[in-house]
Amino acid sequence: MIKVSGLTKDYGARRAIQNLSFDAQQGEIVGFLGPNGAGKTTTMRILTGYMPPTDGEAIVAGYDVVEESLEVRKRVGYLPESVPLYYDMVVFDYLKYMGELRHIPDVDDRVDEVLDMVGLGSRANGYIGNLSKGMKQRVGLAQALLHRPEVLILDEPTIGLDPGQVVEVRELIREIGKERTVLLSTHLLNEAQNICDRVLIINKGKIVAEDTTENLQARLLGAERVVVRVRGEADELADSIKAIKGVRKVETLTDGGVEFEFASGKDLRPEVAKKVIKDGYDLLELRPLGMSLEEIFLELTGKEGKK
Amino acid sequence: MKNIWTIAKREYDNYFNGPLAYVVMLAILLPLGVYFSLILYFNSQQAYFGGAPAPDLSPINGLFAFLMIFLSPALTMRLLSDEARMGTLELLLTAPVRDSELVIGKWLGAMLFILTLLLITLVYPLVLNNLVSPGIDWLVVIASYLGLILLCGAMLALGVGVSAIFTNQFAAFFVTLGILFFLYFMIGLPAQLLPQSGEVMNYLSIQNHFDQMNLGTVTLGGVVYYLSLIALGLFSGTTAIEIRRWR
Repeated sequence: MIKVSGLTKDYGARRAIQNLSFDAQQGEIVGFLGPNGAGKTTTMRILTGYMPPTDGEAIVAGYDVVEESLEVRKRVGYLPESVPLYYDMVVFDYLKYMGELRHIPDVDDRVDEVLDMVGLGSRANGYIGNLSKGMKQRVGLAQALLHRPEVLILDEPTIGLDPGQVVEVRELIREIGKERTVLLSTHLLNEAQNICDRVLIINKGKIVAEDTTENLQARLLGAERVVVRVRGEADELADSIKAIKGVRKVETLTDGGVEFEFASGKDLRPEVAKKVIKDGYDLLELRPLGMSLEEIFLELTGKEGKK
Repeated sequence: MKNIWTIAKREYDNYFNGPLAYVVMLAILLPLGVYFSLILYFNSQQAYFGGAPAPDLSPINGLFAFLMIFLSPALTMRLLSDEARMGTLELLLTAPVRDSELVIGKWLGAMLFILTLLLITLVYPLVLNNLVSPGIDWLVVIASYLGLILLCGAMLALGVGVSAIFTNQFAAFFVTLGILFFLYFMIGLPAQLLPQSGEVMNYLSIQNHFDQMNLGTVTLGGVVYYLSLIALGLFSGTTAIEIRRWR
């Protein structure tokens, strides 16, 4: 559905993205993560036919974004980061206008349907300028969904929404992502973790990592880290755990817990549990410490930054 | 074609969403009405004291053309510059709409507004036709209105072209005003100072062809001139939008 190869874009002397290559399949939600100025919006603008790349190729919904830009634009729904809207227009009229530009049959019915989908049915006759930021965001989303696009490109889709709306919008994206291709950019790492099948981490115009969040965690960590907590004093707990074969990097925490590591793929938690109980401790907690996406992100973008 | 109409319709409606349409209408129809009444008054006085030629429509339409130098930049200044400033241009440029359709649609929206105004001004020839005997020459009226339509079309196309270049609507206003002022008043000046350049400069003046049509003479050269200016304005606008994409 989306196939990008060797995509490069220069703004004058500044290179915004460099030799990007990735793809996204139908029914897949791909998250685009990166710090500000990493090239996320530039990439999305190229994929939506807004601007051509300096070099490289992008195929969206089977069409080349430069050679067959109009065909691409017919099949892509786009929510730009700034959510541009005509503030002096009524919500319904605005969506009808955008629908007419996309030649949607029975546009009035479709507008009603999409407004219900994003929960704005009751505000159809209100002026866009009078809506809250979250509602404006939903009008933008409605515009992107209007023509049932094969590919949905969303630049920071939940920014400015209240927690309740964030959950609703994420649910909506997840639902859409079952059948269509969704590419979304976000600063919220837990959002990527929650709704994306795969994430692309981009920094300074280059992709620095591309995988599922689980695989990224495992790849970077190369090991699994676990914390153990027992009731009461546990002065000798660390020594007891150290004695188990395969356990390494054992550290006693300030709150009395013990953290240790073992090679991934060889889960030593059952052995640790048995040993702790055998030694007479009351086991309260045995919890794996995954590397959060935040840590992965900082690790990857930080490394790039130091280069 | 459908896209052009959709965009034009929105622009036309949009004029009436704010005060601009009413301000422009007032700025044209009030002076025109006062001027028309004065013409009728003085002509009737002259006729009473010893005869005068029957009044015709040319001063009224001439005033309309003159006022359009100032009002067409007001009508076109925000058409594309505001889309760029507000970011809504991104929506239009990622919709399946050709750049040329966008520019032509914007121009057509402004043109429809002017055609509405011109329709209202038809009241003057109708009144005049009832007052003079044996009525006015309708062929001259048609030629004059054709001239006005072409002149306004050219002015608005140049305005749309300039509006596509700027993100600041006031910059678009003053640059369009400058271009129209130059084409209306100044380009004909060298013709008076340098007689050998007269023909070319007179041809390039946006005023001269209209003056001829306003008196009933439609020339192919005049029609081609205005159509060329319309094409130039719309082509510049489309090119400016394309350049925006490549920047």
